[in-house]
Amino acid sequence: MTGAPLPLVEQFQHGLDAPICLTWELTYACNLSCVHCLSSSGRRDPGELSTAECKALIDELERMQVFYVNIGGGEPTVRPDFWELIDYAVAHRVGVKFSTNGVKITPEVAGRLAGSDYVDVQISLDGATEPVNDAVRGPGSYRMAIRAMRSLAAAGCRDFKLSVVVTRQNAGQLDQFAALAREYGAQLRLTRLRPAGRGASVWHELHPTAAQQRALYDWLVAHGENVLTGDSFFHLAGYGQALPGLNLCGAGRVVCLIDPVGDVYACPFAIHDSFLAGNVRADGGFAGVWRESELFADLRRPQSGGACASCSAFDACRGGCMAAKFFTGLPLDGPDPECVLGHGETALTAAAAVTPPLPSPDHSRRRPPVPVSIGRRRPPDRACDTDPLAGFTAGAG
Amino acid sequence: MAVRPEPFGALLYHFGTRRLSFLKDVTVLTVVRSLAEHPSARSACESAGVTAGALPAYQRALATLAGSEMIHERVTR
Repeated sequence: MTGAPLPLVEQFQHGLDAPICLTWELTYACNLSCVHCLSSSGRRDPGELSTAECKALIDELERMQVFYVNIGGGEPTVRPDFWELIDYAVAHRVGVKFSTNGVKITPEVAGRLAGSDYVDVQISLDGATEPVNDAVRGPGSYRMAIRAMRSLAAAGCRDFKLSVVVTRQNAGQLDQFAALAREYGAQLRLTRLRPAGRGASVWHELHPTAAQQRALYDWLVAHGENVLTGDSFFHLAGYGQALPGLNLCGAGRVVCLIDPVGDVYACPFAIHDSFLAGNVRADGGFAGVWRESELFADLRRPQSGGACASCSAFDACRGGCMAAKFFTGLPLDGPDPECVLGHGETALTAAAAVTPPLPSPDHSRRRPPVPVSIGRRRPPDRACDTDPLAGFTAGAG
Repeated sequence: MAVRPEPFGALLYHFGTRRLSFLKDVTVLTVVRSLAEHPSARSACESAGVTAGALPAYQRALATLAGSEMIHERVTR
């Protein structure tokens, strides 16, 4: 031990012995095909972790004292063992927050969720109106999410989250989202659109304009801690006052992503071989990957500010989001593509000739998405195509 | 409530409120962990080696933790 202890943020940048929380995508199977899906989800990966492997991983997270997991996908609730795994995690003192499009949130499920103190539900909705939402998340998805919220509210679920990815199309609807959340007794959560997964190919059309970004920042400052952001807008700290949260990129330092086949990535927005640290099926398990991966060791070394080092805002925004830079073809030690001082736009113009890396792997459906409608019959076109309604036959049996 | 020791002190997580707190030095961690064994917070601090001059700072730290329900007053039986 030498000298005074480092400030907390610096401690975090050097990494912790275990993540504070992590994102765990349980499956790549999804009933929707959102155009901006971070994980290019659609079809189930036949190699996804078994129930036993998932439970062993939860045991390990308990030993490491990971406080909670953000479960996503794909649509995690389509896994037949989803509720079994949730119960197992909670019983092992690993808190659960899960994201869903609402497909399985029936009144019965909502009643069950209302009875659990340690499970948080996030309903994803990317438009406060049906046309805005469905243009991104697919036909029927608005009604599905509203139905789920209605069930949760009716069951007495308090403070579930209404989770919104802010886009150019919905950035003007923030007050409407807040009103929707109020109507159902939910808490609003806004997160940043990342150019990851399928989102990489639509990011240029969907990401908020500079003016919208400024208005978003002012709106977030005005609403303070009443609106959650998952710390995802830390690049906006360059405007001045930091938003609530740690305001740092936690990739590989305090957070990470475990994907359905057990691959560990630095963060949920960086599903690409360049950010793949290892697999939980390896001998050392998840702890081995977290503590010994070379990639994570690299991320925990002091980072140079590169082109941003001389910028007055660097201490506030720390150069922004690594994944956003990577998938837009920008150098990792330069400005964020949405740099509030406009350096990102300059960098994007300069990088226009560079082909950005393609997200990998892709689990998108090979056919265009089919709108969900109750009672339809659509047998899986392959054994691993686990649509939640696969095998469902209306009126049979 | 979970307490996870870290090189800088500890991370506290409250499963009910979902709040994460930080103990920024190891002494606060010692104090928090020994609160239940002492008749008063002052006694826990003194036993952990907190000097009289540093007591107000620890008092503030404990008050903050109490404010976020990380610690609470003992229920006398």
